[in-house]
Amino acid sequence: MTTADASSFPTPPRVDAGPAYVSRTTLAPSPPPYSVVGPVAWMREHLFTGPVNIALTIIIGLLLAWIIPPFLRFAIFDAVWSGANRDVCIYTPERTAVGACWAFIWDRAAYFTYGSYPVAERWRVNVFFALLAIGVVWLLNLKAPRRDLGGVYFFVVLPILSYILLVGAPWLGLRNVETNLWGGILVTIVCSAVGIVVSLPLGILLALGRRSTMPAAKLISVIFIEFVRGVPLITVLFMASVMLPLFVPDYLQPDKLLRALVGIALFAAAYMAEVVRAGLQALPRGQYEGAMAMGLSYWQMMTLVVLPQALKITIPNIVNTYIGLFKDTTLVVIVGIFDFLKTIEAARIDPTWGAPTVSATGYLYAAIFYFICCYLMSSYARGVEARLARADKR
Amino acid sequence: MSVQTEAASARPKVSPLYDPKVRSVAFQVLLCAALGFLVYVAVSNAHENLSRQKIATGLGFWNNLAGFPISQTLLDYSERYSTYGQAFWVGLLNTLLVAVVGIVLATLLGFTMGIARLSKNILVAGVARWYVEIVRNLPLLLQLLFWYNAVLKALPSVRDSAQLPFGIFLNNRGLFSPRPDPEPLFDFVWLALGFGVVATIAFRWWARKRQEATGAQAPVGWVTLGLIVGLPVLVFLLLGRPIAFDYPAATRFNIGGGMVLQPEFLALLFGLTIYTGAFITEVVRAGILAVSHGQTEAAYALGLRPNITTKLIIIPQAMRVIIPPLTSQYLNLTKNSSLAVFVGYPDLANVFTGTVLNQTGQAIEVVGITMMVYLTISLGTSFVMNIYNNRKALVER
Repeated sequence: MTTADASSFPTPPRVDAGPAYVSRTTLAPSPPPYSVVGPVAWMREHLFTGPVNIALTIIIGLLLAWIIPPFLRFAIFDAVWSGANRDVCIYTPERTAVGACWAFIWDRAAYFTYGSYPVAERWRVNVFFALLAIGVVWLLNLKAPRRDLGGVYFFVVLPILSYILLVGAPWLGLRNVETNLWGGILVTIVCSAVGIVVSLPLGILLALGRRSTMPAAKLISVIFIEFVRGVPLITVLFMASVMLPLFVPDYLQPDKLLRALVGIALFAAAYMAEVVRAGLQALPRGQYEGAMAMGLSYWQMMTLVVLPQALKITIPNIVNTYIGLFKDTTLVVIVGIFDFLKTIEAARIDPTWGAPTVSATGYLYAAIFYFICCYLMSSYARGVEARLARADKR
Repeated sequence: MSVQTEAASARPKVSPLYDPKVRSVAFQVLLCAALGFLVYVAVSNAHENLSRQKIATGLGFWNNLAGFPISQTLLDYSERYSTYGQAFWVGLLNTLLVAVVGIVLATLLGFTMGIARLSKNILVAGVARWYVEIVRNLPLLLQLLFWYNAVLKALPSVRDSAQLPFGIFLNNRGLFSPRPDPEPLFDFVWLALGFGVVATIAFRWWARKRQEATGAQAPVGWVTLGLIVGLPVLVFLLLGRPIAFDYPAATRFNIGGGMVLQPEFLALLFGLTIYTGAFITEVVRAGILAVSHGQTEAAYALGLRPNITTKLIIIPQAMRVIIPPLTSQYLNLTKNSSLAVFVGYPDLANVFTGTVLNQTGQAIEVVGITMMVYLTISLGTSFVMNIYNNRKALVER
């Protein structure tokens, strides 16, 4: 109905005064709205609504113009892409602008990936990366065939194979490689993979313990979970690094990497337990009662009815916990392990590459690496979440 | 009742192997025995290892001379006469300092960005979104190292410090600012501030009662501002500005006087604030989105204006969703402040599990004490927050 139509209706004359809140006059028709489609309307709505928004748009626009071009100049246009040592990245009379020193990253890429792992044995690390990638894709792709086998592969076969590959097995002709030679992305991946493989089963057990009716099991689980969640990872790593050797007999001293792995796995398990517990609590009671009415035993009920459903709805949170775990692996440097970030720290102060932009380049490379890994994981979590929401909506 | 007992007694006798009660007790006994055995082995091993390595046990070291310097001390501390116990308190206060300042700043940043994230202005929302995406996906340690090594340590040296307004200097030794030295009369300003806070609380209580009784709104915001800011400023001016400033002065190799915020403190503060702020942003956004749109529409239908709707309808309901995860972010910030070790800020973890552990070698005691401190902070906070949360929780029919 247009305004012309509305004004053509005669207003009936009021006979009684009516309640005070009823208006006695006819309001003048409002002007037609501005266009609500097209680029101009879009910009009006999203950028220039009112004076505050106009000011914010201008300020942020200026800020972006101030930040982005110098960043692009640094990272791409003024960057040095190849070279063998610091000479290509230092200021000279002819070279007054030096951006990121990507030549440094390129030169030390093998160190950042494998640490000091013997060059002749690095194919073993590559095979490990490939095996891990297969396991991850198999487990995470919700449409992959035989995902139960995928679980067995990831949680049983892969750890054994990886141990043989990385540590070595003289009876197979693979010579032993001491863990203090490991470093770089390899250690970061090993730490997070061990954290993932150990923390999920242990976390499930702890969550079941916390929800159990047995007082002793419940108490032990609660104490462990609350204790670990209440202290910083650094102190857990310290504990694993300096206290664990005291608690085991002299002939069984664990090596440095193993100590850190124990610390990380226990730490992650406590967080995983709370995530799994939330999933268990979200499940309707009828599922438990139905399973019990069918005469299933406790473990049958858990493995056949409860856990499959509870874990499915917790996948996004599990992945988010893994993102935290992945970022936390950077802290293992405190007990003297050369993870990815530590190799960058070590390489950036190496005088062979002593140039002004080397540190910034190193940090930028690390940032890109961590960002890609974490972003992929969180996009996956969001994807699963969206899929589950769609399934719930029907 | 009687039917049940009858049914129970009529139940066929099962083998104790399949009796759930027997099984449960047996399992728990086994669990406790296994755990007890583990603890026994660990303790006896520890005892043997400690005596073999000739490491002292017990808390005897607490009153021994520490003999190492600490770069930032809020208490009286000197390497010449202070004990390990005093070092502990200095470290703990440094942890609490960075945690409290960090929590305040991260909350401000997080709430601003959380609201910006929901803005209709795509530039504002986009900046907030990419802030969260980038910061949450990078390890805190990387961010700390970046702030410390690539930003604060890359600042100009003392000789060519950047001079900011108000006599502030910025260089690679930190941020130097004038130190206020209050004169005796300044105590009255504190008094005025205290009075202002008490009066504000009383006024707010009165305004609330009156609003509930009559519906009339009082200008709470202006009165609060006047009492808390205006009154102390007025007293300050009336007393003739009883404060002196000690300005930092640049000498050739150093800056003397004034007060200094060390780069270690600043790096840790920036890192923690920006990192936790990103998580708080998401918490705030989720909280606001959790308030159903019907609430806003109902408020508008009742004729409430938008800012009143925000204040009385949206924020109280959003806070109910925001507060539990917000608390855990605060605790995370406090725990993450232990990353001070990596930039050399003398917090509890750095002073105690770092230097003291190295000097005494008493791993069990030192790590144990440190863990207990963090545990006390965490459990204490969650205890208080649970009480608060139970009071604020939605009372369902």
